Amino acid sequence: MKKAFKRFLERCTEGLLLLSGGTTSLAILLIVLFLFREGASFFKSPNIESGYVLAVHPENPVNHLSPEQIKRIFDSEIVRWDEVGGPAMDIELFRFSDMVQYVPEERLGADFEHVPAVVDSIVMAHPGMIAFYPEQFVAPEQQLKVFPEATIRPEDYFLGHDWQPTAHPAPQFGVIPLVLGTLWVSLFAVIFSLPFGVAVAVYLAEIASERIRKVFKPLIELLAGIPSVVYGFFGLVVIVPLIQKGFNLPVGETGLAGSIVLAIMALPTIITVAEDSMRTIPRSMKEASLALGATHWQTVYRVIIPCSISGITAAIVLGIGRAIGETMAVLMVTGNAAIIPHSLLEPVRTIPATIAAELGEAPKGGTHYEALFLLGCILFVITLVVSITVEIISSKQKSNLT
Amino acid sequence: MSKLAAKDIHFYYGDFEALKGITMEMTAHTVTAFIGPSGCGKSTFLRLFNRMNDLVDGSRMTGLLSMDGEDIYARNIQVDELRKKVGMVFQRPNPFPKSIFENVAYGLRVNGVKDSGFIASRVEASLRAAALWDEVKDKLRQSAFSLSGGQQQRLCIARALAIEPSVVLMDEPASALDPISTAKIEELIFELKKDYTIVIVTHNMQQAARVSDKTAFFYLGELIEYDDTKKIFLNPRVEATQNYITGRFG
Repeated sequence: MKKAFKRFLERCTEGLLLLSGGTTSLAILLIVLFLFREGASFFKSPNIESGYVLAVHPENPVNHLSPEQIKRIFDSEIVRWDEVGGPAMDIELFRFSDMVQYVPEERLGADFEHVPAVVDSIVMAHPGMIAFYPEQFVAPEQQLKVFPEATIRPEDYFLGHDWQPTAHPAPQFGVIPLVLGTLWVSLFAVIFSLPFGVAVAVYLAEIASERIRKVFKPLIELLAGIPSVVYGFFGLVVIVPLIQKGFNLPVGETGLAGSIVLAIMALPTIITVAEDSMRTIPRSMKEASLALGATHWQTVYRVIIPCSISGITAAIVLGIGRAIGETMAVLMVTGNAAIIPHSLLEPVRTIPATIAAELGEAPKGGTHYEALFLLGCILFVITLVVSITVEIISSKQKSNLT
Repeated sequence: MSKLAAKDIHFYYGDFEALKGITMEMTAHTVTAFIGPSGCGKSTFLRLFNRMNDLVDGSRMTGLLSMDGEDIYARNIQVDELRKKVGMVFQRPNPFPKSIFENVAYGLRVNGVKDSGFIASRVEASLRAAALWDEVKDKLRQSAFSLSGGQQQRLCIARALAIEPSVVLMDEPASALDPISTAKIEELIFELKKDYTIVIVTHNMQQAARVSDKTAFFYLGELIEYDDTKKIFLNPRVEATQNYITGRFG
């Protein structure tokens, strides 16, 4: 009886463990699914501000313009139709707000009921005109050619060089500057922190006396617990002015500042993980090396570091993971200009910082909102690729070693 | 003159006195076996000869330990130089996670040998001396972990021989091996004594009787008896030795 009860209890525990494991996996799966579902609907969004249409003279052969072209036309960077595959004509712009320059306001009618006809007549009078006006004023009797509703194409998003989600009339959702900004800042963060991290790990694992280790290790682990906004604050108050003065820049909020702050933040993880892996190397391995007449240093770089390479790679992955996903500190110190970085001394904007900064002002379900979710997907894929790559490299190294 | 000499060695782990005044001498080209129950200090004593105990925090030694008449704990002795002359084989096979070739070449490389022809010839000679060459000559680039435990231990012996030490210390080299591998290692020890002075710690009475020329019996940090192996096993002077050998304690 007692035995049966015990077995029942064991079963219950097993069931509980299975349940918690299952729920966790399910939760993760749901999050990823949610992210991708929200992100995917971005490509169904119109490529101009929603609720508006673009229209041209019916004889104009142009039927479609990319968001970038629309923006450049309305910014007067493209001034001739032949630049976008149309006839050799100058482009004339017509925004809805320009209406009063063409006709007195009273002609529009008390309830704007004459607007469709007025727009039509203006466009018909100017063969090179492109009109941007609310879709509520599109009417069947109009002769002008309204562009068919076009969605944002993936290449506009993934290969676009311009991120201006609130641009008017066509918001720009080119992620290249954000992706490059993220990779740029993270890469340098790891380059800065890795040598330091491994050096400190070697010191703690091999050189420091037990007493020093007992003081240092908890201190370093404590660093991992400092909220990232505090790191950001530190960066803003200390590192940014230093960079500004040191490099004589107009502003100190640069990719370099972000990399340094991230490097400091990644250090505790890298040190802890690398040091742990070095300390788990069997003592016999170390003794074997020393017994062959190797000095302490030779032992460290010929045996201890190669043996703990998988731990060090794990440390790199965690460091990169932290750097790529870090939001707050980066948001505070990198200047957040969505431009393609050419040097570390320019402001950059990372993906997480963009999401954090813009999600609040993006209306739910709108194009901007979905674009931000898609950014989250990109971030997810980047971290996935990083960890898979490192996994492959470390397993290759391991198979070479063992 | 004796190869190794110890004079009134006391060794402490913190407050614990592990060795209580050991004095003995070992001659060149002999195999000396250290026997005794666990915790009697025989391994501690062995590890003094290549200063492996330097790594132990809070340990301390007094007395004079010399090799070829030279104090190996003198201030001007470089420990890594000493360890090149005094090789060591450990209780468990501990090859590096490298290839078979690189394991044997390790000692040469850390000594700054760059000549790859010389390294290759030393590796072959050492593997031959360790009676492993024929088994591994076709797979030198494979990982050392692909070998069996006995082969790994012989690889560790080859690794120790590659830097041409004059003394080889063996700390229970066969305790983790099967009988066949053990027999091979014992044969090897017999061969090696032509060129090396060997000190071996063992728990196995028969092994001590088979391979050694002289045997030292340790008990509770003291050297109880040290004599020709034959004499120790057939006609020990001290009763404790007799009791240990016949298996009444230990």
